[in-house]
Amino acid sequence: MFPHRLTHMLSCKEVSRLLSRGEDRRLALSERVKLRLHLLVCAACARFARQLAFMREALRRYKT
Amino acid sequence: MDADLLAAELDTHRLYLLRVAQLQLRDADLAEDVVQETLVAAFSARDGFSGRSSVKTWLTGILKHKIVDAIRQKRRQPIILATFEEETDLEDFDPMFKDNGAWEAPPADWGDPENALSRHEFMDIMELCLERLPPNTARVFMMREIMELESDEICKELTITANNLWVIMYRARMALRHCLEQNWFTPQAHR
Repeated sequence: MFPHRLTHMLSCKEVSRLLSRGEDRRLALSERVKLRLHLLVCAACARFARQLAFMREALRRYKT
Repeated sequence: MDADLLAAELDTHRLYLLRVAQLQLRDADLAEDVVQETLVAAFSARDGFSGRSSVKTWLTGILKHKIVDAIRQKRRQPIILATFEEETDLEDFDPMFKDNGAWEAPPADWGDPENALSRHEFMDIMELCLERLPPNTARVFMMREIMELESDEICKELTITANNLWVIMYRARMALRHCLEQNWFTPQAHR
């Protein structure tokens, strides 16, 4: 079992903010662990994460 | 590259450069100026162009510096203050989420979005979505995602806090995501 503070589940709102923040700075280990746990069980946030990655790729294509 | 050929080639990128500059500066005259300077600088530095990158990438690199210079010179009015507070205020209330933090409307299925990347209609929609962002939001977002400046460089240039930056980036991504979804991925649902 993980210590309680690691298994505390983030809400989808917290996850969406953390995912965005992760595009601009390196997240702390505890943040990455919590994110991964949430994304394993939440299809909506996993989809949101893929959409963020897609948008970054689209913006990269836009300028080339 | 032959000088005439290069001049003609540079000209084909003028509109793209103008759009990028306009999105960030929100000032048509200033955008025109930085693009002009970019093209002149590119032409006079043509011997330095290695051909390793595309002309467009090379020009974008020059434009980036010209835009940062322009912003630096306008520093007395670094951001459009009237709307800045609004754009950086991340209240607990967020229409995308319910009170308990769950999605109000979960992101829609985008299918195979990669197919869109080669469609210029998609790029037009994305540009339209970028134009709809509030001015400060667009400026910061473009500096980060198109100009690829590091977060701390942007904070320094615009004299904003790291927290301001993250709020703006989050807002921009949520707005862009929503706009793409409505106008490209699931347009029929909104007609």
